[in-house]
Amino acid sequence: MQVLNIVDQAYRATVEEQDDTVLWFTQVLRGAEANVALLLRGSAVNYLVFRQDAGGLAFGAWKQAQPPRVAASIVALLASHTPVLAVEEDLAERGIRTSDCIAGVQAVPRAKLGEIVERFDRVWQW
Amino acid sequence: MTAKPCLTFLLMDPPFESARTTTAFRLIHSALAQGHDVKVFAYEGAVSLAFARQAAHANGVHGRDAAQEAHPLTREWIAFLQADAGARGARLEWVNCGLCVDERGVGETVPEVRRGSPVDFLKMVKESVNTLVVPTR
Repeated sequence: MQVLNIVDQAYRATVEEQDDTVLWFTQVLRGAEANVALLLRGSAVNYLVFRQDAGGLAFGAWKQAQPPRVAASIVALLASHTPVLAVEEDLAERGIRTSDCIAGVQAVPRAKLGEIVERFDRVWQW
Repeated sequence: MTAKPCLTFLLMDPPFESARTTTAFRLIHSALAQGHDVKVFAYEGAVSLAFARQAAHANGVHGRDAAQEAHPLTREWIAFLQADAGARGARLEWVNCGLCVDERGVGETVPEVRRGSPVDFLKMVKESVNTLVVPTR
């Protein structure tokens, strides 16, 4: 069974969860040998930018020791042979260049999304 | 007994925040009524749907005490759906994401709700004819 997880909302509770909950979920599924792919669209394409740093949160004496590292989660997914796709128009609209992004991600035109979705048995829009 | 076709739902919203919760419960009810078994994986805030210590309250604006107000509680909806499923000879399986439960401290649930992980969700998906993810927004 081929599964496509589509993520379009970025940084949803990532500081509290120390991760994106859908990226985390996808990593667990991949660890269970699910055939899963990830498609980033909308604001979630920002997850590909490797120069991001969510560290530094502090409330009084409390300091966040382990901030979220969403770009590292993408790298981990790629390392586990999980296909990662991103909508190229969503990257362009945000001024995100290929040189800003993690290597190995497949940019796809919005017009091709229908064809891409057709390749999967289950498609989950998160 | 012949196994019924099964549908899996993944819910993410916490109770009392979104109309998606009511809609999801209606879909689950409808699936049971139409002869399906249903599996639910509650992820993130949705694990609080089954929290046993949800309490109905009075509502002064409405001018009603707690009994009159009959405030809806999702833990009761789950229990009623389980009973409804049983009466139809169907099965409603409800699994809470264990880590999500722990970080929220909502481990005390209505009966027949168990802890699990996304791997349990994957099993549910494989045992189902289709799956609907209802994410939070």
